[in-house]
Amino acid sequence: MFDFYFELPLLLRLLLQGTVVILVLFPLAAACSMAERKISAWIQGRPGPNRTKPPLAGFLAPLGLVASIPVLGTLLQKLGIFQLAADGGKFTFKEDPVPGHVNKFYFILAPIASMIPALSTVAFVPFGAYFNAAGELVPVALAHVDVGLLAVFALGSLGVYSLILAGWASNSKYPFLGGVRASAQLISYELSMTLSVLPVFLWVNAPGGQGTLSLFEVVQSQSQPGFWGGTWYVMTMPVSAFIFLIALFAETNRQPFDMPESEADLVGGFHTEYGAFKWSLFFVAEYAHMIVGSGIFCLLFLGGWNPLPWVSLADTIHALANILPCVSTPLFMGLIAIGIFLGKVGFFIFFFMWVRWTLPRFRYDQVMTLGWKKLLPLSIANLIVYALGIAWLQTR
Amino acid sequence: MAVVTVERKPLSFLERTYLPNIAAGLATTFKRMVQPVETLEYPEQRPAIPAGYRGVPTLVYDPNGREKCVSCQLCEFVCPPKAIRITPGEIAHDDANAHVEKRPEEFKIDMLRCIYCGLCQEVCPEEAIWLQNQYSMTGYTREEMVNDKKRLYELGGTLPDSHFKWDKKAAAEKAAHAGGHH
Repeated sequence: MFDFYFELPLLLRLLLQGTVVILVLFPLAAACSMAERKISAWIQGRPGPNRTKPPLAGFLAPLGLVASIPVLGTLLQKLGIFQLAADGGKFTFKEDPVPGHVNKFYFILAPIASMIPALSTVAFVPFGAYFNAAGELVPVALAHVDVGLLAVFALGSLGVYSLILAGWASNSKYPFLGGVRASAQLISYELSMTLSVLPVFLWVNAPGGQGTLSLFEVVQSQSQPGFWGGTWYVMTMPVSAFIFLIALFAETNRQPFDMPESEADLVGGFHTEYGAFKWSLFFVAEYAHMIVGSGIFCLLFLGGWNPLPWVSLADTIHALANILPCVSTPLFMGLIAIGIFLGKVGFFIFFFMWVRWTLPRFRYDQVMTLGWKKLLPLSIANLIVYALGIAWLQTR
Repeated sequence: MAVVTVERKPLSFLERTYLPNIAAGLATTFKRMVQPVETLEYPEQRPAIPAGYRGVPTLVYDPNGREKCVSCQLCEFVCPPKAIRITPGEIAHDDANAHVEKRPEEFKIDMLRCIYCGLCQEVCPEEAIWLQNQYSMTGYTREEMVNDKKRLYELGGTLPDSHFKWDKKAAAEKAAHAGGHH
């Protein structure tokens, strides 16, 4: 089976891989919306959506069959999985109004423009690793390129254009204000975000080695043997991780930084005039950004697919292979690595929602003050301190 | 009186970063999340109704199965939204309750007008109309939302009181007839 797959033309293989990743990421992003509803509900002391059950007749019968499985069906119903399907169906089939006063072309372009960077950044994120025939660790990624993080930042920052476009094309005041806020906020936090990851790459690119911005190499440098080789960068560079996390919240428009949306003072911000499928595209894009952003955070600071600090994936697989030999096959190992990685990402998705119900929204000027007067100086100081420290350590 | 000067401490560095408070807030929300839910799964689980609750007005029987209403129409006149409409009727002479003289021929409460104020219950000299525990009245048509006499007694049931005011009155009258004095 593997031979057959690897004999396919490269272009077709890439197309298949890309399709699979999008087919996983898109529903995952949609599932995040249900997770959001459930976690909100639990934090607020209510059960959340737990009633929807598809009928056993009609074209939903397969779902209905699943729902009628005794324990699993009830569990899925309680978790609102079928509500998710119903929501998806509603967003797809309901009337999609375009208000008369909007700039039609850009109005329709905006949600599409939000999806493109959201789904294309994932191409540069390695989400697992396996041993190839030669026994080398190979990343599971759509595009394992040396520009890695730079490409993610370059593509990810395009996402703000969709918000500006949406705000401007809506041709009404609240979306416009939302768009303006989005542009100001995302640009200011982009600076701190980029500066905060520099120490990591200063450390990874030791003098004499080959320079790289690859995320795979960052994980590799966190899975070395020895005490300092196995530490995750969140322990050695906590300030960087902290700044990156805060900037991530701001970049993905999550509370307490959801200035562009800000339903209390801006109705709905940039998406006030949107409805139905176009609206849902904005949110799938937001969740996709969250997933990719959390993924990057895990790769940079939390050791990617390594299960624990000082316990690398390779060690784990070697240990497991003694008990169960099949785990060292590429398929199994890849699945284990992806599982560990997705587990960490899942925790961050939960963290995003957890913070949402803990912190109130900042005022707009507070967001700007925090970004420019606190985070930016902090990230510059952090960079200088780590640059000097790394220079001292690596040239010793 | 001694003047106590309270020192106003400036915020410490940690307090100004908000971080300890954010961590405390996260702990609070997490604790909240693992606690059981506060809400009821409504149609299956019903709330406990406190005593003295003013639900849907109903008519009641006494323990002997006599309808307590004597159609005096006080409730009809006191009803602020004019939701009650009573058609009084006489009790036939051969009836066991003939001594009560009157009962409602028809008793209608329009639940689309009712404001659940409880004045009907308060004004009733016979304790015949009671606002009971039912809080959910639904229907598909306006006609369905008008409770007629049959439905009112179905909702009301029997009130386990033992005044037997009319029976005592009848017994006293009978004794007066027999004994010649009262």
